[in-house]
Amino acid sequence: MSLSIAVCVKPVPDSDHYDKITIDPKTKRVNRDGIPTIINTMDKNAIEAALKLKELHGGKVTVFTMAPDSAVENLRRVLAMGVDEAFLCSDRALGGADTWATSYTLYKAIEKTGEYDIILLGNETEDGGTAQVPSQLGEWMAIPHMTNIINMTYDEGKVTVERKTDDGSIRYRVALPAVFSVVRETNEPRIPNVMGILKAKNKPLTIFRADDLDLDPAYIGLKGSPTQPGDIFSPDMSRKSELISGEPDAVAQKIIAEIKKTGVIIG
Amino acid sequence: MDISAYKGIHVFCETSKGKIIENSLELLGEATVLKSKLSHNPEVTAVVIGHQLDQYTDLLGEHGADRIILIDDAKYAQYRPDFYAEALAETCKEYKPEIVLVGATLKGEEIGPTAAKILDTGMAAHCVELNIREDGQFVQVVPAFGGKVLGDILCPNYRPQMASMKAGLATKQQFSGQKAVVEAFSPDIKGFGDKIEVLEVIEEVKEKVSLGGAELVVTGGFGIGTQDGWQKLEVLASKLNGVTGCTRPALDEGWTEHEETMIGTSGVAIKPKVYLGFGISGAAHHTCGIKTAGLIISVNRDANAPIFDVSDYKVVGDWEAIVDALIEAL
Repeated sequence: MSLSIAVCVKPVPDSDHYDKITIDPKTKRVNRDGIPTIINTMDKNAIEAALKLKELHGGKVTVFTMAPDSAVENLRRVLAMGVDEAFLCSDRALGGADTWATSYTLYKAIEKTGEYDIILLGNETEDGGTAQVPSQLGEWMAIPHMTNIINMTYDEGKVTVERKTDDGSIRYRVALPAVFSVVRETNEPRIPNVMGILKAKNKPLTIFRADDLDLDPAYIGLKGSPTQPGDIFSPDMSRKSELISGEPDAVAQKIIAEIKKTGVIIG
Repeated sequence: MDISAYKGIHVFCETSKGKIIENSLELLGEATVLKSKLSHNPEVTAVVIGHQLDQYTDLLGEHGADRIILIDDAKYAQYRPDFYAEALAETCKEYKPEIVLVGATLKGEEIGPTAAKILDTGMAAHCVELNIREDGQFVQVVPAFGGKVLGDILCPNYRPQMASMKAGLATKQQFSGQKAVVEAFSPDIKGFGDKIEVLEVIEEVKEKVSLGGAELVVTGGFGIGTQDGWQKLEVLASKLNGVTGCTRPALDEGWTEHEETMIGTSGVAIKPKVYLGFGISGAAHHTCGIKTAGLIISVNRDANAPIFDVSDYKVVGDWEAIVDALIEAL
């Protein structure tokens, strides 16, 4: 049996440029001008896991994202990695969605395009980092779901996974279809080569507007989200930043003296 | 939804190797603080799911639980996310709490949002602070962009209001001798039935390092450069009766295997009396984990390293020379 695999990805601002992020004091909006958008790191691990499964068992890998139209660029790169087809859900009406509404929209897009054996995601994103979408997508789809996957093998219609816990790991055997989210250590994502980039130009990439999907308007975007954003601010963590200068020995003595002042018993 | 029917604060309390985890006890403490800020004095309830749970009740009472709900059955002896999440959701349907707190552990991050979807309510992830506004609204403060931005999250129209929080952010409270009312709850849980099968539970043999109670933490960033360099930090930490905490580069480069000591948004928040940072640039996703540290001293060759802005003392120079001098002096 060949596998039909869906992967949900998210374009996020490159975390190497987070220091450029500011908040407009008037509009209270996050200003991320000039920060490049990349595919979230763990989502690349999810794509890699999907491509490996396809290489072993045959099938098709389809990527989904909910993002602005500019995400087409990111999706082309995903297609260049070897993904077969991409769907972008892009509409103002979808903006401001929390994890509940986001996972609903992804579920409806997945449902519209076909049947999938395995749905993969990165365990969490770098920007919001909630780690909530995989579980909630699984609940919307009403199929088994599991997070923190470090490895996965497929045979005879089921998947055997190892999932990380805080005190070790647990191995499960899960019937398909199912949703899994993977962490960084699961694999090393491939980098697209020139051939992949050339091929990607001709691969199918479809943009869905809200009207293209059979969405309940009460479930989408900011309005459909159970959680609502309030105030946003930049935490002020600044301290006195007093310079200690001098030769290493003198600096060390000063550091030890400051540590002793705190009452911590050392040495 | 009649939100006025929802009263009380539930804390999902997680067990590991026969103990209630610290994160859960901290959240019980947080719940008692929220309770004191709410005019209707809501009850704090510890919800424990697992098998053979009676041993935990005294501890939970002494950490602030007024009531304890034990969901105790052999089916919960091994962790199945579907069973645990459904059990938590069923507890909410039965007891109607206004607030549910869940530790942002690798299990909690799965149980919480799954239960939130079953209940079709909102959940704020990885809160760094929880408040009650003057009008009584529960405010969950969450980080975005690695802690560079913080935002308030509200859940005005749905109940319960669910929030997760990582270890080290809330503070345990002691209520010596407080006895909680204990009750058993046995919801009819189906989960995904035989579609999920537990094959094997693998307990980690590697000794875990806890930064939670550490008074002094030595940390190194990408600037450390080599495994030998990292070893020097280990030596320094042990000379100072402290422990080393790590950053993403130290983990990725393989200088340390202790992922549990990673500090920041994707790791733990720490509050040592002393934090010493060497060769750390100071990205927000690291520094938001040391916000409540006592004394912060950092050493970096780059005079413009952002870590200096959040430090009490800064040393501009070669970290290795300073570490060598410290080791020599101790």
